[in-house]
Amino acid sequence: MSAQPVQTGEQAAEAHGHEGGHASARFYVMIGAVLTVITAVEVAAFYIPALASVLVPTLLALSAAKFGLVVMFYMHLRFDSRVFTGVFVVGLILAAFMVTALTVLYHLLPPYGTT
Amino acid sequence: MEAVAEHHYTSTGLNSWKVGFWTFIGSECLFFGTLISTYMVYKGKSLTGPYPEEILNIPLTSVSTFVLLMSSLAMVLALDGVQRGSRSRSLLWLGMVIVLGSIFLGFQAYEFTHFVHEGLTLQANVFGSSFFVLTGFHGAHVSVGVIWMSTLFLMALRGKLAPAHSLKVEIAGLYWHFVDIVWIVIFTLVYLIQ
Repeated sequence: MSAQPVQTGEQAAEAHGHEGGHASARFYVMIGAVLTVITAVEVAAFYIPALASVLVPTLLALSAAKFGLVVMFYMHLRFDSRVFTGVFVVGLILAAFMVTALTVLYHLLPPYGTT
Repeated sequence: MEAVAEHHYTSTGLNSWKVGFWTFIGSECLFFGTLISTYMVYKGKSLTGPYPEEILNIPLTSVSTFVLLMSSLAMVLALDGVQRGSRSRSLLWLGMVIVLGSIFLGFQAYEFTHFVHEGLTLQANVFGSSFFVLTGFHGAHVSVGVIWMSTLFLMALRGKLAPAHSLKVEIAGLYWHFVDIVWIVIFTLVYLIQ
């Protein structure tokens, strides 16, 4: 039985490439400007009566865009190992499922025993 | 030698501190998920006032949201400064994170005080209970972040935040940005979607 060569942690890091590449400061400022514009659009949409019928999906989409920009670029998931993305996304999906399920249960479905 | 001691790589090639911290952030998603779920379940079910549409101040909260977003920008610029070995930029941007985080907490303290004067307390109705628990826990996280950033600022001031220690700032940054994304969700679900 031949022994498999054992990689040390640092050798494995070299083999897989060090995680955590980063963008330039100018790029981060650009992302900050985009986040500011999206926030301004969100607040403007809140005050425009004509958008009332599409307000909820619009706000959810804009909020998701801001969330994605911060996670991908400020938290470096865009450049980092996919293992970190996986660990984060599992928690995020479970939390989103819980919020959605309870909201549907208490606000959209008829109360228990009334059907 | 110091740089070697700073980085603990696992057999996967990933840094053990970052694996641990991302796991913590994943668990924090569930923690805030329970608080947001509770708020959503009780939304619109208060039998007595004050009601959200009567009391929430959108212009004020929009400004505090902008402040927190800019603190996230300051955080990545602080990390950039530390990685480049620029002490002045590290100090400037870490200081900005502390100032902006403190301003956000000031807005929250003002908002909470105003609400209590208007009759909205933890016991007033289910909106008050779920609102104060959700935003209060978020504020507590921001407070921990401000203390954490202050310790990094002191390290930078004493010249103990070299590029070899940038992982410390990166992990603090992950925490700070997480607090920011939680607020992005709260701002939309609690304040804008009434």
